[in-house]
Amino acid sequence: MATLHALANPARFLRIARPLTPILWWMGAALIAFGCWAGLTQTPPDYLQGETVRILYIHVPAAWLGMGGWSGIAISSIVFLVWRHPLAAVAARAIALPGAVFAAICLVTGSIWGRPTWGTWWQWDGRLTSMLLLFFVYLGFIALAKADRERGGDGRIPALYGIAGTVLLPIIRYSVVWWNTLHQGASIGLTGSSIDRALLWPLPFMLLGFSALFGAIVLMRMRAMLAIAKAEARMQRRARA
Amino acid sequence: MTAKNQRLMLVVLALAALGAAAVLALSGLKDQAAFFYAPSDVAGGLPAPDKAVRLGGMVQKGSIRRAADGVSIAFVVTDGRATTPVTFSGIAPDLFREGSGVVAEGHFRPDASFAATNLLAKHDEKYMPPQMAGKMHETTTLKDTR
Repeated sequence: MATLHALANPARFLRIARPLTPILWWMGAALIAFGCWAGLTQTPPDYLQGETVRILYIHVPAAWLGMGGWSGIAISSIVFLVWRHPLAAVAARAIALPGAVFAAICLVTGSIWGRPTWGTWWQWDGRLTSMLLLFFVYLGFIALAKADRERGGDGRIPALYGIAGTVLLPIIRYSVVWWNTLHQGASIGLTGSSIDRALLWPLPFMLLGFSALFGAIVLMRMRAMLAIAKAEARMQRRARA
Repeated sequence: MTAKNQRLMLVVLALAALGAAAVLALSGLKDQAAFFYAPSDVAGGLPAPDKAVRLGGMVQKGSIRRAADGVSIAFVVTDGRATTPVTFSGIAPDLFREGSGVVAEGHFRPDASFAATNLLAKHDEKYMPPQMAGKMHETTTLKDTR
């Protein structure tokens, strides 16, 4: 808890975030560049899907971060509601936009893969529909957090929404297990993977790279939000004087 | 109990309620959210003949028959417990083959066979390079069955 409290201090947070941002940025760029090269040129095609299998190197990290992003919003919202750390609310707002973008990337790449593999761009199947809902829930959070801020709210309403939205995460995760869906079941579990190692090995690089990039974007947005809040406070002080 | 602990308790309760809501949604919508019927699902009673439904399962090995007109095919869908004969005329997706998953859109006939208007290939969660697949799986393509 002590480290969390230490990070909740904006000045101390900035001292860590400032050097960490370029580190994450370049780490992400390097890992993604390597992962793309490996995934596009070094792995064999799949026995059934052929070359379209390579979409998985973008689709899976995007899905992972689309859902991971909402977990981040939920955790930040809980920290904000329980411990009242203002920085947690800033983190939730900073995560929302990249989270929505990665959820959209997941949906678009999945659709592009679905056309040659399934024979359809889109079907209202449990996994596809619940992921689309998560994307809309992201948009709702962005709009709500913006409206709350503009009306001078204390951030509790978007935080409650952030917690309520987590209901979708287990539904997305287990939709392919509990319902029969067009989308296949999970390939990668705790116990192993049904993706052959020859096809799988670039994926961890892409996962790490996307996550580092996501972290860099979130840190950049948090720093920008803190700077805006500081500028606003200064303007208000000047207006009063 | 301090105000902070009270808030923490409320959040924990809220998360438990959300988890329960997810489980209820997953189990309660099991029938409505099902993307397709499996052959054993309809063994008890057929959906209305004119109702548009989907039938999903595996294409039984050796069951694809091609008609002389070149576009009509007949095959058998199985889920391991029951089978349903299906007829279709049109363009099947590339991944439609014997032993693979398929989702057929269409309707049931009174004799429990299925008239498909559209075919979707269902891909499973296994991914492997072609050399390995050749060793482990006997894959039959549409070309082979022709």
